[in-house]
Amino acid sequence: MSTQASRSAARLMISPSVILLFLWMAVPLGMTIWFSFQRYNLLMPGQGGFVGWDNYYYFLTDPAFFTALINTLVLVGGVLLITVFGGILLALLLDQPIFGQGIVRVLVIAPFFVMPTVSALVWKNMLYNPVNGIFAYLAKAIGLQPYDFLAHAPMLSITIIVAWQWLPFATLILLTALQSLDSEQLEAAEMDGAGALSRFFYIMLPHLARAATVVILIQTIFLLSTFAEILVTTNGGPGNASTTLTYLVYVQSLLQFDVGGGAAGGVVAVILANIVAIFLMRMIGKNLEA
Amino acid sequence: MGQITLKGVRKAFGDVEVIPPLDLEINDGEFVVFVGPSGCGKSTLLRLIAGLEDVSGGEIEINGQPSAELPPAKRGLAMVFQSYALYPHMSVRKNIAFPLKMAKLDQAAAKEKVDNAARILNLTDYLDRRPGQLSGGQRQRVAIGRAIVREPAAFLFDEPLSNLDAALRVNMRLEISELHQKLKTTMVYVTHDQVEAMTMADKIVVLQAGRIEQVGSPLELYRTPRNKFVAGFIGSPKMNFIEGDEAAKYGADSIGIRPEHIEVSTTEGAWKGTVGVSEHLGSDTFLHVDTEYGLINVRGGGEIGLHSGDTVYLTPDLSQLHKFDAQGQAI
Repeated sequence: MSTQASRSAARLMISPSVILLFLWMAVPLGMTIWFSFQRYNLLMPGQGGFVGWDNYYYFLTDPAFFTALINTLVLVGGVLLITVFGGILLALLLDQPIFGQGIVRVLVIAPFFVMPTVSALVWKNMLYNPVNGIFAYLAKAIGLQPYDFLAHAPMLSITIIVAWQWLPFATLILLTALQSLDSEQLEAAEMDGAGALSRFFYIMLPHLARAATVVILIQTIFLLSTFAEILVTTNGGPGNASTTLTYLVYVQSLLQFDVGGGAAGGVVAVILANIVAIFLMRMIGKNLEA
Repeated sequence: MGQITLKGVRKAFGDVEVIPPLDLEINDGEFVVFVGPSGCGKSTLLRLIAGLEDVSGGEIEINGQPSAELPPAKRGLAMVFQSYALYPHMSVRKNIAFPLKMAKLDQAAAKEKVDNAARILNLTDYLDRRPGQLSGGQRQRVAIGRAIVREPAAFLFDEPLSNLDAALRVNMRLEISELHQKLKTTMVYVTHDQVEAMTMADKIVVLQAGRIEQVGSPLELYRTPRNKFVAGFIGSPKMNFIEGDEAAKYGADSIGIRPEHIEVSTTEGAWKGTVGVSEHLGSDTFLHVDTEYGLINVRGGGEIGLHSGDTVYLTPDLSQLHKFDAQGQAI
């Protein structure tokens, strides 16, 4: 790929896919931005027209907006915390030579293959349910009052469901990273007088930094768009106690039929996601170099 | 302060006995090399001494203290690994200081020791770099630096030069020998390269299938190998072995003669043969001669002027002839 001719041929060859991908991204984004400046309410057909920044104004001053923003950060932060720490601990356990290692690993990975709606329903009806759930049963078994998780601690409950789904992913990535650690390094540290804890903190943890970065970046992207778990369990409630930004956009466009307002919310969400991404890359992106 | 004694040490992985019970004495200040073909158990033996593997039986005494049950860090030994095993996320300074940090030495004293080690090993200019930014030889020196700051009773080297290119290997060989003369600490060195063993060792331990075949100084092993295995393993190019009637003439089951102890002539001699391949190294010429007793390697002078297809006569130097019985033991 060095001559002028081969380079222009290469550009020509890849251009269809590049153009297609660009349109794929640009057209929906452009339409969203376009709608966000339109009065576009499905209950009021024929009353369209340009409204300037009104949609943004109403979305940002909606009392639910701030709650949704906080909820989104709580959800993403909580799940990241649980999955990264839990993932490291599980990876350490799974790295030990144990009987039935293969089966245990498959079982650990299993939750990742359960689709979000199903897992949310299972948690809602079989675990959290204050009448029939396992947690209620256990509480009653030791004489406690059953706790209605989804009504009283909706964000915590949803965070646990989502963390349960993503824990296998984090464990898998961290486990492979752990296995790629040169055993001679651990032996050298052992000879140097490092105990098990020192070996973990000085040798293993730095080695896991890059994998943990990958886990955090990838999970953040997906966690910002968490939707099915909320819809299935709490519908954003009680009130708006478990409404995230994604869910608020859904409420705006499809429950209040305000497509313009929803589009404005979508644009706001995109901007906020980018801000989060910039902060993340600033904080931990250097782990990915070299 | 570096006396290591192995008494009946054995190691088995499951049903497979890699090292049958073995006794060995390593004296203070000695440079001992374990040498043998790959899979002979020499690395396992080193790891047993280091404490990275548990012995299946027997006792290891370090400075007279029973140590077979001690964890590696408590044995006062330092090890240099084949892959160097540097910590990639730490600077050279932190790598070298790591054992001191684990020993909870105060910072000023640790800094002095690190600087001292860096000076000995010419690493002073590289202290703030990461291992990834160093060349193979420099990494090797960092690994040695990490070992010497602990002032161990003995150093253990596990094939430390096998990842280096040929020229660097000769250099590092020299540096390790010089280091040994400077520190006068016991060193145990594992290699499969008999040249390294011959050049560096005070005492060579030749191993095969976990058994010690012979222990002795390099020249002792070269001059009086106890059996056919040691005779063939020590010396380069390898000793020639001849069996059958020719060997019977000397009252042995087989005889061995080193390539450098054979006289080459174009006119007369004991064994007639044809030159197959001749390797001209300038200082020496290695001839592969086809004779009726099989292929015989001969080392001649650089000016020998013989080429493929020439007919030559070989005469062994009878004073340097090695005789072996049917079990391969020297007679």
